[in-house]
Amino acid sequence: MGAELGKYKSCVSARSTDKTILAGAQDGGIVTTLFAYALAEGIIDGAIVAGPGDDPWRPRPMVATTYEELMAARGTKYNISPNVSFIKEATRSYGLDKVGIVGTPCQMQAVRKGQLYPIGLRDVSDKIALAIGIFCMENFPYQSIVQLAEDHAAMSLESVKKMEIGKGKFTFMSERGAVVPLPLKVTHKYEQPGCHVCLDYVANLADVSCGSVGSPDGWSTVFVRSKKGDDIWAKSVAAGCFETKAIDSVKPGLELVTKLANEKIGKNQKTVDERKTFGVGKGLRIPYI
Amino acid sequence: MGLLSSVFKKDDQQKSADVAKAEITKKEVKPVVDKITVGHVHMSGCTGCLVSLADNYGGLLTILDKYADLVYGLTLADVRHIPKMDVALVEGSVCINDKLSVEEIKQTREKAAIVVAVGGCASYGNITRFCRGGQQNQPQHESFLPIGDLIKVDVYIPGCAPTPQMIRNVCIMAYLLLKGSPEQKALATNYLKPLMMAAQKGTSACFCDLMTEVINQGLCMGCGSCAAACPVRAITHEFGKPQGTRDLCIKCGACYNQCPRSWFSFDVVPEYESIMELIDTVMK
Ligand SMILES: Cc1cc2nc3c(=O)[nH]c(=O)nc-3n(C[C@H](O)[C@H](O)[C@H](O)COP(=O)(O)OP(=O)(O)OC[C@H]3O[C@@H](n4cnc5c(N)ncnc54)[C@H](O)[C@@H]3O)c2cc1C
Ligand code: SF4
Ligand code: SF4
Ligand code: SF4
Repeated sequence: MGAELGKYKSCVSARSTDKTILAGAQDGGIVTTLFAYALAEGIIDGAIVAGPGDDPWRPRPMVATTYEELMAARGTKYNISPNVSFIKEATRSYGLDKVGIVGTPCQMQAVRKGQLYPIGLRDVSDKIALAIGIFCMENFPYQSIVQLAEDHAAMSLESVKKMEIGKGKFTFMSERGAVVPLPLKVTHKYEQPGCHVCLDYVANLADVSCGSVGSPDGWSTVFVRSKKGDDIWAKSVAAGCFETKAIDSVKPGLELVTKLANEKIGKNQKTVDERKTFGVGKGLRIPYI
Repeated sequence: MGLLSSVFKKDDQQKSADVAKAEITKKEVKPVVDKITVGHVHMSGCTGCLVSLADNYGGLLTILDKYADLVYGLTLADVRHIPKMDVALVEGSVCINDKLSVEEIKQTREKAAIVVAVGGCASYGNITRFCRGGQQNQPQHESFLPIGDLIKVDVYIPGCAPTPQMIRNVCIMAYLLLKGSPEQKALATNYLKPLMMAAQKGTSACFCDLMTEVINQGLCMGCGSCAAACPVRAITHEFGKPQGTRDLCIKCGACYNQCPRSWFSFDVVPEYESIMELIDTVMK
């Protein structure tokens, strides 16, 4: 294919040098550290992140304007956090002129469509200062996470310390040290249907995108994509925020990222194509034009 | 030169006739690119769309200086009858109980090469859908239709109010389409395509579009764009998916058209960086 990783200026394996951030981050703490740096330097006035919600592991989008708030939103919640819903509000009630936002590849698509076609997003286009994308194979409705934890992993959600998808497993880790890996075969049917037409794995439209795949445990694979992203990333590295390694010096490296990207895009492109003939002489709607 | 600019230049015009003439001649020899002609046609709308156009501030003056001559506009240009023009920006729906409105929208179609429905009312009826008549001084005026129910419309700019940036972008793209280089024409065509498809799709909009065309179709992924776009905060996301308070919905079409799963162009959106740079450059 060739386009599966999107355009990027550079790609490295990286890890935050802030041990406090790393203690609660999902992978290399890239998202939290880069936002914390951008906040401290005045590059952003705040960032829309997936903050804690009313129920355990149920995120709620939050405009973080302090280090503490960024810290409270660390870690991956494998269910929907409609972060883009705050993109206009961040510039209004929160008064941000320079907005940071983290999101899945589809949310990055939403942000860029919103900047080019700001149909209901008055005065937002020029205020997106840093959009960080996180790799994403699929996402889940909240009830799926409840069911996976309780019915399949036999854990109450309150007792779950971390969830992780990787190496073919959806793993639940409890506060008391239990580790229950569920094969993805089991979790597939719980995925949100909208993910099955998604044609982006590594957040091609972010300024900087990151994920665990390709890098050793505790490290992240980072794609630096836009001019803005390049500028902020270079400054943050120079400021000592991250340790970095050349991506071709780590295992499994870009080869695995490429393989998974192609798998996702291939599978989902097939789903998109099949929509055309879904019924008898009738198809389903396809959003891509 | 744009009429707005001439309004701002009033003082100059009051100088002696000779000086004024010299200035005008000077302006005309300025190597201004071939401009397009644009008109603002006011149907039954609240003037919010026009205010949005004006809210481009200096940007509006740049557009009028470099790219477009405003040849028609109730409040801005002293022209009584709808003239021939490249682009008609139509605000408001058509009151079919009012002969003049019906006549003018038909004329607009005849006189304009490109008809743009600016805003929710022109595109989808929007708030005017809720009219029941009974208002002084024309209580019999009760039936309002989006312009697409009476004429063929080329481009929609949905939303209430449509944003200054969307109006600006469409003006720039219309200019590039008519006067640009082959590459710029291609870009403008791609950019305008989904807005042209929206115009072909229909004349009604509602929160329900997200249900019928996105969620029911298995396409929603919970990004939240719809809620961000809604001008009346009718949309919330409880468990990731949009819920609408349908009584609040004014039928503006912003949510559906903002949604990346209503339409999404891989020709345009991935080029966001260069397109935004282009827009910045032409607005300088
Ligand atoms: C649904 C989902 C699927 C993923 N799939 C993959 C994958 O297949 N391969 C891969 O390599 N990586 C995947 N990731 C990304 C990975 O899990 C980490 O989020 C990423 O590496 C960032 O880690 P970090 O340590 O740099 O970030 P941290 O410093 O821990 O910060 C993570 C940031 O992401 C935000 N966030 C958490 N959950 C969500 C959410 N649901 N929606 C939006 N923002 C959120 C948090 O608020 C926080 O700001 C996925 C993430 C999600 C949310
Ligand atoms: S798979 Fe695609 S649609 Fe689903 S959450 Fe991830 S990026 Fe969004
Ligand atoms: S904008 Fe579209 S995809 Fe995003 S949450 Fe709303 S309906 Fe779903
Ligand atoms: S829900 Fe809101 S954005 Fe959608 S059509 Fe109604 S008023 Fe407009």
